[in-house]
Amino acid sequence: MMPAQKVFLSGNEAVAAGVRLARPHVIAAYPITPQTTVIERLAEMVEDESLKAEYLHVESEHSALSACIGASAVGARTFTATSSQGLLYMAECLHYASGGRFPVVMMNANRSLALPWNIYGDQRDSLSLLDCGWIQVYAEDAQESLDLIIQAYAIAEHPDVLTPMMINLDGFVITHTYELVSLPSQEDVDAFLPPFLTTNKMDLDHPMSLAFTAGPAYNQAFKQLQHQAVVSASKIICEVEERFGQRFGRNYPGLLETLYCEDAEFILVTLGSVAGTVRPVVEKLRSLGERVGLVRIRYMRPFPDTEIRNALAGAKAVGVLEKDISFGYEGTVFTNVNSALMRAKVQPPRLLNFVGGLGGKDISAEDIEQLFLRLKRPDDGETVVFI
Amino acid sequence: MAMNYPVRQRSFKPPKDLAEYPVGIAFPAGHLVETNASWRSHRPVLDAGKCTNCRICWLLCPDGVIHTSKPGGLEIDYDYCKGCGICAKECRQKAIRMENEAL
Amino acid sequence: MVKPLYLSEKKISIRELSDREFFYGHKACPGCGGSLALRLALKVFGERSYAVVPAGCMSAVGFIFPQMAFTCNAIISTFPGTASMLSGVAAGARALGIKDFHAVGFAGDGGTADIGLQALSGAIDRHDKIIYICYDNEAYMNTGVQKSGLTPIGARTTTSPAGKRLKGALTQKKPMFEIVAAHGVDYAATATVGNPLDYLRKLDHASKVDGTSYIHVFAPCPVGWGYDTADTIAVAKNAVDCGLWYLAEFSDGKFTLNHKPEEFASAENYLLGQSRFRHLGEEDVKDILAERDAKWSRILKEWSV
Repeated sequence: MMPAQKVFLSGNEAVAAGVRLARPHVIAAYPITPQTTVIERLAEMVEDESLKAEYLHVESEHSALSACIGASAVGARTFTATSSQGLLYMAECLHYASGGRFPVVMMNANRSLALPWNIYGDQRDSLSLLDCGWIQVYAEDAQESLDLIIQAYAIAEHPDVLTPMMINLDGFVITHTYELVSLPSQEDVDAFLPPFLTTNKMDLDHPMSLAFTAGPAYNQAFKQLQHQAVVSASKIICEVEERFGQRFGRNYPGLLETLYCEDAEFILVTLGSVAGTVRPVVEKLRSLGERVGLVRIRYMRPFPDTEIRNALAGAKAVGVLEKDISFGYEGTVFTNVNSALMRAKVQPPRLLNFVGGLGGKDISAEDIEQLFLRLKRPDDGETVVFI
Repeated sequence: MAMNYPVRQRSFKPPKDLAEYPVGIAFPAGHLVETNASWRSHRPVLDAGKCTNCRICWLLCPDGVIHTSKPGGLEIDYDYCKGCGICAKECRQKAIRMENEAL
Repeated sequence: MVKPLYLSEKKISIRELSDREFFYGHKACPGCGGSLALRLALKVFGERSYAVVPAGCMSAVGFIFPQMAFTCNAIISTFPGTASMLSGVAAGARALGIKDFHAVGFAGDGGTADIGLQALSGAIDRHDKIIYICYDNEAYMNTGVQKSGLTPIGARTTTSPAGKRLKGALTQKKPMFEIVAAHGVDYAATATVGNPLDYLRKLDHASKVDGTSYIHVFAPCPVGWGYDTADTIAVAKNAVDCGLWYLAEFSDGKFTLNHKPEEFASAENYLLGQSRFRHLGEEDVKDILAERDAKWSRILKEWSV
């Protein structure tokens, strides 16, 4: 491993740095707060030729992803980035890319969806699109964001996967916050990341028909294959992280990360940057003898079904803290966690859904302490609690 | 491709197991398993004696089923002719007539 | 007889055209103008083409697993995404060092003037090296003949019915040729399948443009327009002969009219020969002719003829 540079970067700048190292052939993106600085940095890199890529100024997010799919369809490595309204505008293309098995890599700045209008971070945008077939991962900080970009190409382009991947960064909290980031060398990334080779492309030597129609007799089989590919991504993700750890010295824990769950009675499950607020509270309560724990879900798709059961099985009460609500029912992360626990062999813990942080509403350490206190109280019949 | 146009793949077996399906929504180009002949009620018949080989019919067939493969002449691929009648209508020599296939 | 005026000196003769079929065994209706437009275009662009075809007639009939009617590389795009996918294909191929290829799109009138207009605008703005062909059958034909932005005034469609109160479509066709010209497109042309040598010439010109080309080819639809399948070529030619369609090119900020009919053929015959117009009365036809004449007097004043 070459000695790494240490640079002071925002989450967005870390993403751009990771993208440059991954050497995409085509970048097509449309500006939206709080993603903008990613594509601004990339434009500067293309201008000074430190990044040799075709950079398309597209006129909408739908066109951004559509252009990436077109480029991927001739065998090019691609990147795009968006947020909230833009993510929803390209929703048709999200299904198109995953159904077509085009391994586009996209950074999504998690931001609240209108209405009301709000530019701050919550996770309703990506969580409302869990079914679109993309691999979805949630970063906690700038370093993880950069590393995930590099890993993403290795995962998405793997022949057993061939599925596009969405890397989620909490809007402003991660995208615009500065940290000291270890920047891998280009040589190390080149050694880690093989060039993109696929048979799923148009080829002037072997003409192909792509993105065709499949009627009732055939369609379901294609969809089943697509589903299997995302399921099998779990294994590939762990293999890629293992290789990444060996090459770059940073080890990632797979689909989810656990803290003190082995003997915890009360556990908070969450995603993204808010885990950074929960961690010190867990440490503080532990020092006071409280058996508490944290699960940070990293990958929502493929969902860490077994890992969730293993982490939560012994607990008395679990709170799923998410910046999301499926109106009329419960938070989507909660639904997924609950489903996994239904198949537990032992009596599953009592589950509470803490919905908070919508539209960037602050969640403080004191708020987290209150959640643990709430978990200790007996069941009062409520499941969904807005905090 | 050896010929100028694709022909029906008679040996094609539809995929049964998942393993037989292509990876991705991608399949070789120019792969035909069905013909369009059953669409017709009339078929074009070319009178070689009147034909001057001007190739207007070849040019204007929406399905491209008129071929220049015969030396010095034209022939029609009846597997894929839909019987629209454009060739008969546009032929300056009136060398093509549309015959009712039902009779 | 007025000599036609073209941007390119090069005529294409029928015998020069490739014998290879690039769109074969498809499921288009008998006599489909759109499929002829596509077939001829690919003969000019050849085997090193990446064809991008959005949701619409041509994709619906050309890619039904396992029957693949394109023999060159082809991909279906989303309905709004023809031009953006084309930009991506061209950029990707360029980045991979692939040379001597054509990225060519075939979108219908709806996929161009309505849902696809934004992406087309963006592609022209970027001067991406793509060829965009709009096959204009004047309605959303694939979904069953609904009105589009390019449905001509007075035409009956399923969403602009002709009844006691309203007489078919109530608005004029969007001037797509002029819209792309106003963008400063590198090359644009109008054509019809009834004037095939003119169309081939323009395809050939487009294949050599180092920028964005747009060809708008009038492609009659026997099912949607209501005429005999054998008459597609004749109907297209009639539209030009009676002045309801014009053959022109645009490049370097200048419009060139390729063909000026000395005298217009009967527009009434053209209109009443299609069941979609048969409900029109004398006054309606007069209005259509007045609009045509106004358009032509602008053309003759402002364009090179």
